[in-house]
Amino acid sequence: MAEVKVRNISKTYEKGTVQALKNIEFEVASGELFGLIGPDGAGKTTLFRLLTTLLVPDEGSATVAGFDIVTDLWDIRKIVGYMPGRFSLYQDLSVEENLNFFATVFNTTVAENYHLIKDIYVQLEPFKHRLAGKLSGGMKQKLALCCALVHEPKVLFLDEPTTGVDPVSRKEFWDMLDLLKKKGITIVVSTPYMDEASRCDRIALIQKGEILEIDTLPAILEKHERPLFAIRAKDRYRLIQEVRAYEETVSCYAFGEENHVVLKNDLEGETEFKAYLKDKGFEGLSFSRIAPNIEDVFIKLMLEQETHA
Amino acid sequence: MNNLLFLLQKEFKQIFRDPAILRLIFLMPIIQLILIPLAADYEIKQIDISVVDHDHSSYSRRLTNKLVASGYFQLAEYNNSYQKSMETVGEGDTDIILTIPQNFEKDLIKESAAKVHIAADAVNGVRAGLGTAYAGQIIAEFNREVREEWVQFPRMNPLPLIEITSANWYNPHFSYYLFMVPGILAILVTMVGAFLTALNIVAEKEVGTIEQLNVTPIKKYQFILGKLIPFWVLGLVSITLGMLVAWVIFGIIPVGSYFTVYVFSAVYLLGVLGIGLLVSTFAETQQQATLFAFFFMMVFILLGGLYTPVESMPEWAQWLTKVNPPTYFIKVIRAVYIKGSNFSDLLPEFYAMIAFAFGFNFLAVRNYRKRSA
Repeated sequence: MAEVKVRNISKTYEKGTVQALKNIEFEVASGELFGLIGPDGAGKTTLFRLLTTLLVPDEGSATVAGFDIVTDLWDIRKIVGYMPGRFSLYQDLSVEENLNFFATVFNTTVAENYHLIKDIYVQLEPFKHRLAGKLSGGMKQKLALCCALVHEPKVLFLDEPTTGVDPVSRKEFWDMLDLLKKKGITIVVSTPYMDEASRCDRIALIQKGEILEIDTLPAILEKHERPLFAIRAKDRYRLIQEVRAYEETVSCYAFGEENHVVLKNDLEGETEFKAYLKDKGFEGLSFSRIAPNIEDVFIKLMLEQETHA
Repeated sequence: MNNLLFLLQKEFKQIFRDPAILRLIFLMPIIQLILIPLAADYEIKQIDISVVDHDHSSYSRRLTNKLVASGYFQLAEYNNSYQKSMETVGEGDTDIILTIPQNFEKDLIKESAAKVHIAADAVNGVRAGLGTAYAGQIIAEFNREVREEWVQFPRMNPLPLIEITSANWYNPHFSYYLFMVPGILAILVTMVGAFLTALNIVAEKEVGTIEQLNVTPIKKYQFILGKLIPFWVLGLVSITLGMLVAWVIFGIIPVGSYFTVYVFSAVYLLGVLGIGLLVSTFAETQQQATLFAFFFMMVFILLGGLYTPVESMPEWAQWLTKVNPPTYFIKVIRAVYIKGSNFSDLLPEFYAMIAFAFGFNFLAVRNYRKRSA
């Protein structure tokens, strides 16, 4: 059963001049951990604000737990938990007071749903009298998650919960999401970090307001399987230029220490390509074939989107 | 309904935790009430006068003494060169120059007519105007004395004379404080009601907490009431403090009843809270709200009749004062404090305030959305 259903949604800002979302369509199954992955400005936050009834779409419709986001907004507000990208709890209230406040406005108590937040809250408990504004970044995220969970929501919307959080806390945070998933909560989470894709059941790659691909991570990788060469040499700038000048090259982009190159004829051109580069006389040239990861796929899809447009 | 209670609880917790708000509420009434009436005193005393005496007669000296003895004037210079006195005007040491020409005494006795000349430094128009008026009165008085002396047998030949006695109703001693202090009370309530509310709501926008609240079952009216009620209470606290300061420092207590003051404050606060709410729907940041507040405050005070009477404004400005809420409240507070007006005397103002309360809150609620777009 689909817990979140999005049909053909479009949203513009500034009287239609800025297209934030274009014909977005996807479904999230009940109990699924669904990831929206895309760079800043892709439209992730707009999508969250639509699904949490803070915005009204220009076109299309969507339902959350069977409720329409436009007409049934009060029903949705009762059953979703939302954690905005920016820390937005009361900085001048303590950890405990924030939690109690958000429990009471949902007509419940912390004790009633303590089982949901217990695993997270035990880490916060030593600081429960501290003002929320005085917590560290990771602690703030945990508190925000607790506050979004305290009314036992059916669907949890987390907008970039791990942005600006250290790698250890990020990993902990995803572990917590796994626990919540086990408790049957549907989770929609957005992130600009491609490496977090592996923690989601399914992901949607989103860029410039359009969904480029939706599937499980392995399926996406398999679908876009194509040979990729990782090349490195000392004079990196010249290397990029020479590779791009090569007629068989489809794309060449910097990737960490290396350059990832895609060729037109995939494997067949490998030896010719190697010879071409040797002729150019690069120092310390290394050359290897690799399998594309999610970032390569994203870049490929992004380039395709650009050529279509 | 429960939600409202929780919101109120939260709001009061935050207010009592915020030293800036508490300082503002407790110190603002005290400092404003003490400073402004003492500094902004309209009574003109100690006008510096230079007397250019070309006559050096007993009459010229008598006139000079009479001016200084009146208490309004302070003799800055006494010489016989107009030029020299002008220099002291340039330096700001003299406000008014009285020139007594040669043969002043002789002309007065022989020709029964003499002339004096008054020149005033009109950079400060009020001071110049009042100074010449005072001087004119004193010279007229001097004139009368001289005439009485020269009429030989006053009883047989009485001089027709009108003597003026005046009574200053409501403020018999012309106390400037009695006029200013109630007016400042009104401004205080306005500031607390309108601007603390606006800043508070905008702060929620700025920090993003409003977004979090918007995704809860809290209704729009609950959120708004949760914001308005605390500041309504704070407004009443601040006027109470203000009245206390007025009593302790200036010994000013209302001639009318405290009850009337509170009834009007309560209704007036609803209106200014509406203004605060309206400002908060426009402003995105606290800086913007502060600038809005600054602008509104200037207009409120200048058009409110706090310093200058509404009646002496040009007609178009008088129309503007009719849509300026503090005008009514300043008038009401002064009327209750100074004249002892009761509730039924002030019914028109009461209706106006009710209208403001409804008008501003209606606009604000219409403008405030729990969802954007």
